[in-house]
Amino acid sequence: MMEGLAHGLRKLGARVVDAVWRLGMASRFLVLTLIYSGTSFRRFQLVIKEVFNSGVLSLIIILVSGLFVGMVLGLQGYETLQTYGSEEALGVLVALSLVRELGPVVAALLFASRAGSAITAEIGLMKATEQLSALEMMALNPIARVIAPRFWGAVISMPMLAAMFSAMGVFGGYLVGVVLLGVDEGAFWSQMQAAVDFRDDIVNGIIKSAVFGVAITLIALFEGYDAPPTAEGVSRATTRTVVTSSLAILALDFVLTSFMFRGVG
Amino acid sequence: MAMKRSTLDLWVGVFVAAGLAALMFLAFKVGSMGAFDVASSYTIKADFENVGGLKVRAPVKSAGVVVGRVSDIHFNPETYEAEVMLNIDDRFKFPKDSSVAIMTSGLLGEQYVALEAGGDDKMLAPGDSLKITQSAVVLENLIGQFLYNKGDGGGESDKAAK
Repeated sequence: MMEGLAHGLRKLGARVVDAVWRLGMASRFLVLTLIYSGTSFRRFQLVIKEVFNSGVLSLIIILVSGLFVGMVLGLQGYETLQTYGSEEALGVLVALSLVRELGPVVAALLFASRAGSAITAEIGLMKATEQLSALEMMALNPIARVIAPRFWGAVISMPMLAAMFSAMGVFGGYLVGVVLLGVDEGAFWSQMQAAVDFRDDIVNGIIKSAVFGVAITLIALFEGYDAPPTAEGVSRATTRTVVTSSLAILALDFVLTSFMFRGVG
Repeated sequence: MAMKRSTLDLWVGVFVAAGLAALMFLAFKVGSMGAFDVASSYTIKADFENVGGLKVRAPVKSAGVVVGRVSDIHFNPETYEAEVMLNIDDRFKFPKDSSVAIMTSGLLGEQYVALEAGGDDKMLAPGDSLKITQSAVVLENLIGQFLYNKGDGGGESDKAAK
């Protein structure tokens, strides 16, 4: 009985120690990435290549999802607002929900599964095939040469993708609301413009997406860099990237929202 | 993935341009940037007995047109009144004896401050306070008053019937 309890507690302790240890490693990893970022900006071509890999290649999924999310919001919002005879508020509903929440969060979730997993798999395989060690042999710092450009590429891409997601979503809401269901076009845009504030809504949305971008990229890079150099290890690390960054996005979203939108009408 | 550098640059350029275009769309078409907030403004003060549901950033309208925004609402513990700060667009000057009232757009719409110009020759300077104010109409009081009056009236008609 006591033996079993002690065993359980030991297991719990080991897990917590392991988690704290990994968190510390990830923080050191972030600091190292920032310190060795100089190369990325001196040779900006490296970053541009990563903007292509994580940003441009995620465009299709982001744009199509944004359009559909906006269209669904338009349909659902219309149904509910119609009950109260205020269909004109559809623009406000679609724009505010996209700019404040859905744009940054859904774009970040898609980005984590599309670009984050790719980054982890790439870095993990580079490590498994000892490409990172080879770089070190050639006196090239793998963090400066491989990690930092990917970090900045993804961090630059994320807010842009979120903005495109929101813009596409508003367009989708417009398509369904105004073109399909016949909400008055003038009221749709003017009520939206009256309700959406640049500083409080749009800038806060961009800040959110930038924070998510840093979190996803850090998790993806660290999981890849830390992955056991085996096929199974890389596959597990890729799965963990998607799960951990999705949870991190949602938790961070709650924290950021509670700071940003307290008392904003 | 081997790709020519110029193709890569082109795609990234298109991506960044599209991102900035989306931001512009959000700022100018979805949001109201440039409509009022960037214009320079001056602040005047008004004391109300009751601000009802008035919120910071609510519009200040004169003749139905937005001329400013509510910048701050706080309670004055000495007068037991609410002090409302109004940011008025610099382009619009109002006479010193202008009056303000808290109104509701529509029956259940948002509340705004209606600013009615007076006839004074002197204009309001920044930091001035408005003397003539009319508090928000609280719907519950209104209904209470209505029921009370109706009750009185009903009593009389009962007597008349007897």
